Amino acid sequence: MKKKASGSLALVQRLALAPYSFWAVLFIVVPLIFVAYYAFTDLDFRFTTDNITRFFTATSTITDEAGTREVHTYVLIFLRSLKLAVISTVICLIFGYPFAYLISKASARTQSVLITLIMIPMWMNFLIRTYAWMTILQDTGLLNGLLSSLGLGRVHIIGTESAVVIGMVYDYFPYMILPIYSVMAKMDVKLIEAARDLGCNSAGVLRRVIWPLSLPGVISGVTMVLIPSISTFYISQKLGNGKFYLIGDAIEGQYAANNLHFAAAIAFILMIILLFGMAFMQRFANKRAAA
Amino acid sequence: MKKIIELKGVSKSFDGELVLDHIDLDIYDNEFLTLLGPSGCGKTTTLRIIGGFETADEGEVIFMGEEIGAVPPHKRNVNTVFQRYALFPHLNVFENVAFPLREKKVPKDEINERVNEMLSLVALKGFEKRSVTSLSGGQQQRVAIARALVGRPKVLLLDEPLAALDLKLRKDMQQELKNIQKATGITFIFVTHDQEEALSMSDTVVVMSEGRIQQIGTPIDIYNEPKNAFVADFIGESNILDGVMLRDRRVSFSGHVFDCVDAGFELKEPVDVVIRPEDVDIVKAEKGMLRGIVTSVTFLGVHYEIIVDINGFKWMIQTTDFVDVDEEIGLYIEPEAIHIMKKSEYSGMFGDYSSYSMELDEIGELNEIEELGELTEEPERESERAE
Repeated sequence: MKKKASGSLALVQRLALAPYSFWAVLFIVVPLIFVAYYAFTDLDFRFTTDNITRFFTATSTITDEAGTREVHTYVLIFLRSLKLAVISTVICLIFGYPFAYLISKASARTQSVLITLIMIPMWMNFLIRTYAWMTILQDTGLLNGLLSSLGLGRVHIIGTESAVVIGMVYDYFPYMILPIYSVMAKMDVKLIEAARDLGCNSAGVLRRVIWPLSLPGVISGVTMVLIPSISTFYISQKLGNGKFYLIGDAIEGQYAANNLHFAAAIAFILMIILLFGMAFMQRFANKRAAA
Repeated sequence: MKKIIELKGVSKSFDGELVLDHIDLDIYDNEFLTLLGPSGCGKTTTLRIIGGFETADEGEVIFMGEEIGAVPPHKRNVNTVFQRYALFPHLNVFENVAFPLREKKVPKDEINERVNEMLSLVALKGFEKRSVTSLSGGQQQRVAIARALVGRPKVLLLDEPLAALDLKLRKDMQQELKNIQKATGITFIFVTHDQEEALSMSDTVVVMSEGRIQQIGTPIDIYNEPKNAFVADFIGESNILDGVMLRDRRVSFSGHVFDCVDAGFELKEPVDVVIRPEDVDIVKAEKGMLRGIVTSVTFLGVHYEIIVDINGFKWMIQTTDFVDVDEEIGLYIEPEAIHIMKKSEYSGMFGDYSSYSMELDEIGELNEIEELGELTEEPERESERAE
């Protein structure tokens, strides 16, 4: 009797979950299978690993200040994307962490005001935000107008890696702050008092209690900034003047050229690398938590 | 005995509300001292001032002869066991206990030795590698005690450390804490609102109310010689009556003149008379010094708790003899059972069991409710009685 009741409960639960499972399969699992399928097939949908090999072996000749040389095109593009994404993530973390801490220590009212201020830019379209930075950073833009009116001369930023990094940091900063803030806001004040009671000065409290306890927030913040900034394509086109071809641009370019199979291969490789990266970070965090 | 901590005229306000009102308190080396009072009486604030988490607005905090008002917590030779333990969830049992030693850069071997010593003191050997979140409340409590003691503080502060434990475990931990205190010789300052806990564990009890110290003394003194109606009512059960001292060792209350053992009052001085419920003998109505009607009887296992109406004042009496509701009985009170107190601001606020009997004693009830409104801690006391 009892067993039957719990059985029907399980059925109800499964029925209630059905729409979500269906949704997840249709819009997450199926597309992933398609990406993998395209990555490993040629134009006639015959199995091939050529697309994958091409990513690692394709070469091209570039000429810059350092001279003319032969490079592995996509490996170079990937490393460049990784470099800019890591720089942006580190900058977001360096500014975001103390900021999140200060917000979590403010009064409840100030906290909600500050969080709203951080979220407001996210309500605006991504493209519009990036265009706004174009007009700010242009050689004749707002920034240079301000600098020259102060008699400080002009700077050339647009079209440099710095401009791309500025754009990434601006766009993804909230994704760093919010998870760190939410972990810190929940942290028990008594733990900080206990650490002080047991001999820690402010630096000790930060290093031995606040930082390790906020690591889950840091990990998710880093993930949420690193991954979109590694695969972004629009920011580099607009703020880098298209000079810094990133992995996202490469996918978009192949896709636009109707080369779906190679586009899928790049996306697939990127996904695998990110998965490994995330697994590694998670392990690192677990180890720290266990130590 | 050597003074280890002195509070001199310590006051503290939060948002304009006075929480501590010129507290003077001497704490001696090696003693188990309890700060006892209802919530909001200032006991936790006193503890936090000693720990360094709050600074006094006025007055001095002297630790081993030195004023330490401005010394931050990590530089005080005082450790705290927090109310809900505040163990570090990212560290295992061993690392929680080792925490203060690692901060002081104690050599590894010594850390191992001292942590193990502490873990055996609190009977947690073999739990070193366990995560603190997997422990029961009692075990977490022990980790917190070990962590606070491992740095060998001069004074251990305990902020209602047993409040979250169930009754049986609480009794065991009381005994254990007392043993640990004796074994280590460290001064314990213990905060609680549980009078039984305070009486059973302490060398010295400090009864607080409304930011002031009401009485300092040994558990026996506090119970037998309460200074005013607040203390008499808060510690144990008390019938508190209005009386008049006729002369030394003669007091009149409830329309009868009694012999007592107190002296040194003025002639005809109005006083509060305390009689503990267990000190009253029940006799036949015609043989009693006082006589009254039983209005309720509650069986509590060891004894009955009965309420007796004597000229409109309701007494609580604890007896092992069975009496019936509506029965007329006599009361016999020995001189030693009568304790006389000077009138205080608390006179008339406590010690009448009208509301306890759950009968409507209209006038008495209304008066009491009005008076209770002024006391923030009163609802808690009421519920305690109702139990």
